[in-house]
Amino acid sequence: MRINLTSVLVDDQAKALDFYTDVLGFEKKTDFAAGEARWLTVVSPDDPDGVELVLEPDEHPAARPFKQALVADGIPYTSFAVDDVEKEHARLVAAGVEFTQPPTAMGPMTTAVFDDTCGNLIQIASMATS
Amino acid sequence: MVAYSGSVDPVFKALSDPTRRILVEELAERDEQTLFELCVRLMSRHGLEVSRQAVAKHLDVLEQAGLVTIRREGKYRLHSLDRAPLRATWDEWFRPLVTSDDHQTDRQQE
Repeated sequence: MRINLTSVLVDDQAKALDFYTDVLGFEKKTDFAAGEARWLTVVSPDDPDGVELVLEPDEHPAARPFKQALVADGIPYTSFAVDDVEKEHARLVAAGVEFTQPPTAMGPMTTAVFDDTCGNLIQIASMATS
Repeated sequence: MVAYSGSVDPVFKALSDPTRRILVEELAERDEQTLFELCVRLMSRHGLEVSRQAVAKHLDVLEQAGLVTIRREGKYRLHSLDRAPLRATWDEWFRPLVTSDDHQTDRQQE
C-alpha cells in the first residue's frame, strides 16, 4: 500500500487549476469529466511521478462550514515543502497572494501560511536556515 | 489604601498564568496572529502541550483584561497585543513603587 493522492477541497475547480498551476507552479497531471465535476490533479514539476494533489469540489454541504471554521482560526488544510520559505513568500506576495502568517521560525522549521483563494489556507515549510 | 482605578486587577489576574504571559510575549513580536499560529508558537518554541481550546480560553481572558484585541479580517480572526493596559499598570502600580522618594533616599544613604 502506498499514498499516491492527497486532496484539497476547492470552491471552483477552474479557478483552483489556475491558482495551483499559474501562481503556485504545479503542473496539471490528469483532467477528465467525472459526473458533473472533473477528476483534476496537479503534481510538482520537481516530482512529476510523485504524489498527485486532487483539486476536489467542496460541494458536500458540510464541506464549506468545515473549511470556514478552519480558515477563521488560521488552520492550514495541508502543507507543502519548499527549499526556502522566505524566498517562496517573496515570490508569492509579488504574485498577489495573501498570507495570514509571514515566514516565522517555529522550532526546527520555518513556516508561512497563505490563502489559496479557493477557501483554504495552505502552509509552506522548510527546515530553518539559521 | 491606594485608590485603584480598577484596571490593574484584571491585568494582574490575566498575567498570573505563565501560558498567558508567553502568549503576550509572542504577540509582542508581531500583530495580527491567528489562533493556529499562536498554538504552533506555544508548541514549537516553548514545548507546551496545550490544546487549541485551552489557548482560545487563555486568549479570552487576555481579551477581557484588554491586553488582546481580536479583529475579524474577512474570513480570519486575528489577535493583536494592546499595550495600553500594560502601560496603565506600570503607571499606576509599578512606577510609583520603583521611583518612590523613600527608595531614592535609601540609595543615597548607601
